[in-house]
Amino acid sequence: MEILIACHECDLLYQRQPLPPGGTARCVRCGAVLYRRKRNSLDRVLAWTIAGLILFVIANVYPFLTFRLEAQIQKTNLITGIIELYDQGMWIVAGVVLLTSILMPLLELTGMLYVLLPLKFNRRPWKLSFIFRLVRSFKPWGMMEVFMVGILVAFVKLSKMASIIPGVALYAFLALIFVLAASAASLDPHIVWSRSEKRL
Amino acid sequence: MNKSSLTALKASLVSCHSCHLLCKAAFVSKGAYAVCPRCGATLHARKPNSIARTWALVFAAFILYIPANVLPITHVISFGKAQSDTIMSGVIYFVKSGSWPIALVIFVASVFVPLLKLFLLTFLLISVQRKSQWRRKDRTRLYRITEAVGRWSMVDIYVVTILVALVKLGSLATIQAGTGAIFFAGVVVITIFAAMGFDPRLIWDTQE
Repeated sequence: MEILIACHECDLLYQRQPLPPGGTARCVRCGAVLYRRKRNSLDRVLAWTIAGLILFVIANVYPFLTFRLEAQIQKTNLITGIIELYDQGMWIVAGVVLLTSILMPLLELTGMLYVLLPLKFNRRPWKLSFIFRLVRSFKPWGMMEVFMVGILVAFVKLSKMASIIPGVALYAFLALIFVLAASAASLDPHIVWSRSEKRL
Repeated sequence: MNKSSLTALKASLVSCHSCHLLCKAAFVSKGAYAVCPRCGATLHARKPNSIARTWALVFAAFILYIPANVLPITHVISFGKAQSDTIMSGVIYFVKSGSWPIALVIFVASVFVPLLKLFLLTFLLISVQRKSQWRRKDRTRLYRITEAVGRWSMVDIYVVTILVALVKLGSLATIQAGTGAIFFAGVVVITIFAAMGFDPRLIWDTQE
């Protein structure tokens, strides 16, 4: 355990002090969170990650939204809109949506599993620190909760014109947002970093 | 937690931006770089070229903001009639049809937030360049706001994605994405990079 830590927002130095479980250390000068102590961080994040992967598969395989206008029915999956944008020549927009709503959440979940599962059994995965650093940098680019607001807006916009039937995938998608948030809230990255230093 | 009155920079220490390990600042010759011994990230006492990089991205986003709002983001083709909508005309449509909460969501996320973010970053950049002593803690809070709100501007891009997927009934009704969507996605992504490029520690560096 290192003795000193610098605030990442104002650079002030602190001596690390042990925290009670669930405690948070904040910078007195700028108010940024210095570090937190989580209960059973590894186990909890691992559990949320596995739940998240299952939900991710459901959200991508099953029907997402169905659009019905009289006798016409248009079934869509999560990826349908992205393919449609690509077909219309909007490949930049398609790429941004693919990254932020599908690829980044998937990479984050698989990366976490890759890091945490071996650690759980006291093994060190290959290139642990590199992979974990990568996974942490994906975090701000996963925007599923913003996508959900987009769905609500589209719902209201189309509700006068036709009926929209939510599919199983939509519920899985919604649940996945909460699972990812819970996973982020239970993660204490410091545990992984200090494990990456230890010889196993 | 015991506070010292020293910053890492003054103590010749560098905090790793990725794993927060404190490392001794080593002399690095030109062209070479130091990496964190624990996680392998490149070590910098401050984000490199933070001010120049953030300015460049803020300017780029200001420029893209214009076509993003002037050009249509959707084309609705229904019974042979085509109608183009910009972000603002979408907001006006929702106000007129009475669903003003939705109008508010779109207006805040697509029009207000990107502008707010760009003006806040401009203000922070100028204040740092003028070595301002003014309310450092509040300016750090403003920085946190710019970091947190940026992602919500993506809402309109997702609305277009969903509309395009659902309304595909040939001549009866079809929705296509407009070129404004490309510029708008550009604004959102570039402002996120701009906020990432700004180093809030610069706000505090002028303090004795």
